[in-house]
Amino acid sequence: MTEQDQEIQLLLAKKLVQALEINDEVAADEIFSEISGSRESALFQEVGRLTRQLHDSMNNFSLDAKMTELTANDIPDAKERLHYVITMTEQAANSTLGVVEDLLPISNDLNEKATELSDKWDRFLAKDMPFQEFKEMSGDITAYFLQTKNDLSSVQTGLTDILMAQSFQDITGQIIKKVITLVEDLEKGMVSLVSISGGQLKKKSKNTDTAELPGPVVPGVDDKSNDVAKKQDDVDDLLSSLGF
Amino acid sequence: MKILVVDDFSTMRRIVKNLLRDLGFTNTFEADNGKTALPMLQSGDFDFLVTDWNMPGMTGIDLLKAVRADPKLAKLPVLMVTAEAKREQIILAAQTGVNGYVIKPFTAITLKEKIDKVFERIEG
Repeated sequence: MTEQDQEIQLLLAKKLVQALEINDEVAADEIFSEISGSRESALFQEVGRLTRQLHDSMNNFSLDAKMTELTANDIPDAKERLHYVITMTEQAANSTLGVVEDLLPISNDLNEKATELSDKWDRFLAKDMPFQEFKEMSGDITAYFLQTKNDLSSVQTGLTDILMAQSFQDITGQIIKKVITLVEDLEKGMVSLVSISGGQLKKKSKNTDTAELPGPVVPGVDDKSNDVAKKQDDVDDLLSSLGF
Repeated sequence: MKILVVDDFSTMRRIVKNLLRDLGFTNTFEADNGKTALPMLQSGDFDFLVTDWNMPGMTGIDLLKAVRADPKLAKLPVLMVTAEAKREQIILAAQTGVNGYVIKPFTAITLKEKIDKVFERIEG
């Protein structure tokens, strides 16, 4: 409150006391409303100032393109990306489990037959086998070799499939890293929102990261435009068009 | 054949190494980004480089540039195996002198095809 304000209020107070002493209700009422009026106008001025400041700050804030982009595009994108992570991990788990389920009976069967043949072979070595049974065993052994060869090649294929299924980890890792960056950006945005309401807007620090790479193509998010290769064939076509 | 596999994800390095072993290449080495790969390439007589693109420290494209700029390494065959699939990136890699480009996720067959093609072209 300025000195001048103080003088005016003191004067008003004295007038109010005089009016009350002479019982002049009309004058007293007038003085009352004058006092509270000056109070209100100061309050209104302060509220007005704060509102303007908040408005300006909010304007600056929404002009921050990064923030607009975050809410309009990046967050819905992040949801899509995380869904894709679920899809990829699910696919990897299913294909791994599928291969294991296919291979377990094969390995069981080979094991059982090997045990059976090895028992017979022991009896043969102990000279405890009639010739007729030996002839049968020879046929069984021949068949077993053939089966082993075929089955082991299925095992080999299955193992390669399991190996390839693990490649999800690289892709999902890259996608999740991107979402983490988004969450960090969002956190910074929230912090500056809080500092706006505290009356002090900090300049947003510029992202100093080197040129960002787009990373894995997430179906439904990154393949909307025509400037990405959706599959290996697209890459091959592009490279051959360049004379590769 | 001595091969260097460069990727920041160890899972992917293991996958590529295993696939290479399936194809008969057993003399393989690993690096986790361009920075660690370059000195290995400069001091070891590698015959083939398989590299990812997006890696912290030094990216695959920068590694490729460094390889092409080094007179001793300039002719080293380089296969890029990466999730980066933008047309402009593929074109940039081609212009920088990559010998093959495989996008992730890839299949064992694709990798084999591209490796065969790289060597076919070099021998042919």
